[in-house]
Amino acid sequence: MSHKEDFTMDNAELELAKLRAAPITPKIRLQIPPQDMPAQDPAARRSNMEEVALGYTPAQAMLEAERCLQCKNAPCISGCPVRIDIPGFIGKIKEGDFLGASKIIKKTNLLPSICGRVCPQETQCQAPCTVGKALGGVEKAVQIGRLERFVADYERAQGAMEMPHVAPPTGRKVAIVGAGPAGLTCAVDVRREGHEVTIFEAFHKPGGVMVYGIPEFRLPKVLVQSEAEVLECMGVDFELNFLVGRTRPLRALMSEDGYDAVFIGTGAGLPKFMNIPGENYVGVFSANEYLTRANLLKAYMRGMAGTPIYPSRRVAVLGGGNVAMDSARMALRLGAEEVRVLYRRTREEMPARAEEVAHAMEEGIIFDFLKSPTRVLGDDRGRVAALEVLSYELGEPDESGRRRPVPIRGSEQIIPFDTVIVAIGNESNPLISHTTPELQVDKHGHILVDEKQKTSIERVYAGGDIVLGAATVILAMGEGRRAAQAINEILQ
Amino acid sequence: MHGTHRIVSKTQLSEEVFRIEVEAPLVARERKAGQFVIVMYDEEYSERIPLTIADADPVRGTVTLIFQTVGASTHKLALKNPGDEIVLLGPLGNPTHIERFGWAVCVGGGIGLAPLYPIAKAMKEAGNRVTVISGARTKDLLIMQKELVAIADEHIVVTDDGSFGRKALVTEPLKELCMQSPPPDIVVTIGPPIMMKFCAETTRPFGVKTLASLNTIMLDGTGMCGGCRVAIGDQTKFVCVDGPEFDAHLVDWNGMMMRLGTYKEIEKEAHDRCHLEMQIAKLEAHAADKESAK
Repeated sequence: MSHKEDFTMDNAELELAKLRAAPITPKIRLQIPPQDMPAQDPAARRSNMEEVALGYTPAQAMLEAERCLQCKNAPCISGCPVRIDIPGFIGKIKEGDFLGASKIIKKTNLLPSICGRVCPQETQCQAPCTVGKALGGVEKAVQIGRLERFVADYERAQGAMEMPHVAPPTGRKVAIVGAGPAGLTCAVDVRREGHEVTIFEAFHKPGGVMVYGIPEFRLPKVLVQSEAEVLECMGVDFELNFLVGRTRPLRALMSEDGYDAVFIGTGAGLPKFMNIPGENYVGVFSANEYLTRANLLKAYMRGMAGTPIYPSRRVAVLGGGNVAMDSARMALRLGAEEVRVLYRRTREEMPARAEEVAHAMEEGIIFDFLKSPTRVLGDDRGRVAALEVLSYELGEPDESGRRRPVPIRGSEQIIPFDTVIVAIGNESNPLISHTTPELQVDKHGHILVDEKQKTSIERVYAGGDIVLGAATVILAMGEGRRAAQAINEILQ
Repeated sequence: MHGTHRIVSKTQLSEEVFRIEVEAPLVARERKAGQFVIVMYDEEYSERIPLTIADADPVRGTVTLIFQTVGASTHKLALKNPGDEIVLLGPLGNPTHIERFGWAVCVGGGIGLAPLYPIAKAMKEAGNRVTVISGARTKDLLIMQKELVAIADEHIVVTDDGSFGRKALVTEPLKELCMQSPPPDIVVTIGPPIMMKFCAETTRPFGVKTLASLNTIMLDGTGMCGGCRVAIGDQTKFVCVDGPEFDAHLVDWNGMMMRLGTYKEIEKEAHDRCHLEMQIAKLEAHAADKESAK
């Protein structure tokens, strides 16, 4: 990993100069190793909230960009949910025109500093990358996400944040419900066309999962804030502490308040629990609750924050996704002595981003693969004392194509813990559908939409986790964008 | 960006109990009996505090909140003054199911008398005969009495120390009412969990339908965090979206009280620190007064 290699700027500059001394053939490009991204030292970062990954230097970015073969068919673009012109922006990086690269990205993605940090690139743009394929591993693909992040950070550092062009007022009004990735993306695209846009957000800050869920050390909140500020500069109106469905019925927004269309991006809902005995003991938290306390409500700032966080020494995190990684690494930073991730399958099946798993391991998180709890044991005060854990082995592949974990009979063991964080996903949020009965949902409560994101109600669209179930920031953005397109069409 | 709400008035009802009226026209218009709000004393460091709505004036566009200073956060809220802005989100939770049951007994304890008022009032307006039992530790903590007296057909007051009304717990008169023939058609109880638990135990043998309004740990109040979960019979329910009212005979009271104590030690420490800070501020203000008097 990068911190060990200590890849200094001089090194990369030197390499770049050497490389560029002669014409660069595709063969030579394939010989450039993927550039590691500098990161905070694991020993230091496990006790601070600052960002872990530090980003490329300009020379590192250019060197990484030189690895790109500029394939004519650009398979990477087909892997990107918002279809960024990837070879295009990488070409600009090669030339050293970082602001030009940014312009290309921003044509299709307004939140590159966020996507560069949180997208699962290894299953998206980087998966079909020719370089990775040629070198026999997705980890050797061109590091598109790191380059995207570099470009976005460069633009910010230059103070060159460009505001998207806004067309003259059309007199049409659009309501966006939820200021998360889907809502913010939809708002930008609708506002660009000159429509009036109001975003209604239940929390006291915009950003959705990017402020309550994803921790500061992975996505600094100042980035989310500055993206929201760009929206404000565009004339988007934010109504915070406003719960559509309760503060105002969804219907009334259109029938009384004059909104011509509505986009629902209310995000994740009720956290799932394991449904095992003892889950209501004190010390069992949903990842949503644990992370919201720590992130949005700043519980890590003890003495300043009014919101308490549970004092933990031995923490079990249940699950294998990004939220599980975030919870585990947050617990460590909040002072836990030992944090174990219990996952039913193996590392290969983990849905978390590879980089997050690697970072978690470096920080000393312990992974108990092929293990899942069967019950929570409490002490006489009703507090978590231990987990009874069952071991599994991998059997035949199931419908998801992953090998099904099969319990090993009699393998139960008791492991002492004082805290359990459940990070196994969410159900849908019931609020809008309960308060808007005519809105059609599936049996899981997810809003049903057509290929244009339109719901069963005319002029009402939906996207993000409320439609997809637990998905990713970028998929939510993709849906927000598609809905915006449809809304712009009907408002023409 | 907007979304904060202005405090219009503030009254100190007793040493620990405050009433604030907050400008929130949409909440005032939408809210129904049984619903609550979440407030924050600032947008950066405040805890999110769920509070029940005591009253609302849709014409003036205000809601009235009554709260007791039980910890650091409520103390900080109590320091806010008319003109100050606070965060307020609501109305949250499901409204109380109101219908013409016949005879409704509404039991409130301490600060729970505040949210009891709109429910008792709605029960009265729906054509029920309404009996109110008001209970408090001591006379000073009996709130909303004028309002409750105005709508109740019958009003029974008890205090733990006998400083006003009968010296008894609310369960005593409640049991007497249940023994009447016919017994009450419905009982609604709001107050400290231990009181609600014993109300449930009191009515259970008589088979009188009893609703309790729960105030659990809660962050967003919109069905996201799961902190408010409570066992109702053999199911886990979420107070913010499934409640706040549940069949009191099915609530796992002990489990709920245990969960309410999750942060007890941290909260006590913060509360003590807060009192110390307030005392220091008072002393400093006193010293400054003396100084200026010279």
